Amino acid sequence: MADFTPNEMMTIAAARALKNDDVCFVGIGAPSAACNLARLTHAPQITLIYESGTIGTRPNVLPLSIGDGELCETALCTVSVPEMFRYWLQGGRITVGFLGGAQIDKFANINTTVVGPYDKPKVRLPGGGGAPEIATNCGEIFITMAMGKRAFVDKLPFITSMGHGPTGRERRDLKVKSLGPTRLMTDLCVFEPDPETKEMTIVSIHPGVTREQIAENCGWTPRYIDNLPETPAPTALELETLRDIQARTKAAHAA
Amino acid sequence: MAKFMTLAEAVAQNVRDGDTVAMEGFTHLIPFAAGHEVIRQGRKHLTLIRMTPDLIYDQMIGMGCADKLVFSWGGNPGVGSTHRIRDAVENQWPAPLAIEEHSHAAMANAYEAGAANLPFAVLRGYIGVDLPKVNPKIKSVTCPYTGEVLATVPAIRPDVGIIHAGRADREGNVLLEGIVGCQKEVVLASKRTIVTVEEIVEKLDAKSYNSVVLPHWTVGAIAQVPGGAHPSYAQGYYKRDNSFYIAWDKLSREREGFLAWMKENVLDKTPEAFAAHAKRSAA
Repeated sequence: MADFTPNEMMTIAAARALKNDDVCFVGIGAPSAACNLARLTHAPQITLIYESGTIGTRPNVLPLSIGDGELCETALCTVSVPEMFRYWLQGGRITVGFLGGAQIDKFANINTTVVGPYDKPKVRLPGGGGAPEIATNCGEIFITMAMGKRAFVDKLPFITSMGHGPTGRERRDLKVKSLGPTRLMTDLCVFEPDPETKEMTIVSIHPGVTREQIAENCGWTPRYIDNLPETPAPTALELETLRDIQARTKAAHAA
Repeated sequence: MAKFMTLAEAVAQNVRDGDTVAMEGFTHLIPFAAGHEVIRQGRKHLTLIRMTPDLIYDQMIGMGCADKLVFSWGGNPGVGSTHRIRDAVENQWPAPLAIEEHSHAAMANAYEAGAANLPFAVLRGYIGVDLPKVNPKIKSVTCPYTGEVLATVPAIRPDVGIIHAGRADREGNVLLEGIVGCQKEVVLASKRTIVTVEEIVEKLDAKSYNSVVLPHWTVGAIAQVPGGAHPSYAQGYYKRDNSFYIAWDKLSREREGFLAWMKENVLDKTPEAFAAHAKRSAA
């Protein structure tokens, strides 16, 4: 097997989570790469939806923004943004919402709003965009984020979109029917929520990664399932497809 | 009733200090030329509304046009931060900036409520998140039929709505194609409107009976500004200049560099400068 980077492993692990019959609301950045990799490998019929209103889009290069012309030109159809959020997202038509984020906690709540106090922020981040409603209105949520102590934190300064809530019980308490985050694909391992506590628990470790490495890059003490398997290494096809689309993308955006 | 005029006249007649201004375009058709004209005319104390205040509001806020920003996602898409907006929020430069922050779903619903002449919008949103704790305008209502508690936000009714479109016909009917965002809602929700267009044609020649068309009697000022969405794009005309969005990260990072760029490319220029980016695709 050829060498691969932790980021490539993350994107490939994220792509594998998607199924051919999924209708997926795609966040920009890492989720967009993973969703299109899935479409170009094992899930050719997947429906990808971007919040700009493009439904069933099949871009040849990864968009820089959620509204590049490429998305519209290759889509089945394009609807207005109010329609996208009302009929398609709130209407319950989306099976998977795929999110990234700046910070995450052990219950997969996400912060993309501020670091420090809201009124006097140390770092002002972009804000929620579509995420607060994606998080509760999609059937389930996949998240992909690289690990690091500043990203995987014990306590979030701000909850931009709800994962399983601050204690893991909030979805049930608030009568939210969707599943919330069911998978978190990182550059080192894959997490899934514990069926009881909803704490994100490591269910597979990427090839060559150690538990010490994970501990050094996680702001809480992570739990592991028993008999932890290794994440299957990227296949030649997965790697080649990912590198091809990234090369096409880089050339297109530099033009 | 649509009136054709220059962009300078359109801004002078419609945008006043202290106005609430929504300039929309969801990545596509962002009215950059109009934003630059507002900067050149020195408008101050604006409340700027926009779902995704990317480069255009970064420029306007960095030049001191605004007292307040109403938004749902503020960044340079796929690139990183909008440094001028961050400098205003984090360091009050060039002036303090109040923010009213929402989610995309809430703002899209609020524009739609404005267009529908309703006082507020209702959505199944903001569940389990912190924004309602810092934005007192996010409230809730109990459904009279089911008892479900739903989030509400006030309708957006801007003083001025500004958009860019592919073309208008000689009567002033405006056609929007591609990613249409919430521009129709913004125009119908606003008291006054400015539409910049790539071209003015004899016949709109819409591709479908169901195209997004703003009838001339819903539109205020129309100004032809070819290339007026650059570095955003106009479907069927020219592509998004992604390399400019990437370059802006560096251009805007420091105050001096930003001010120098704005002087050279905005203050010392006219709307005609955008024509260099205009193009009509063969398709």
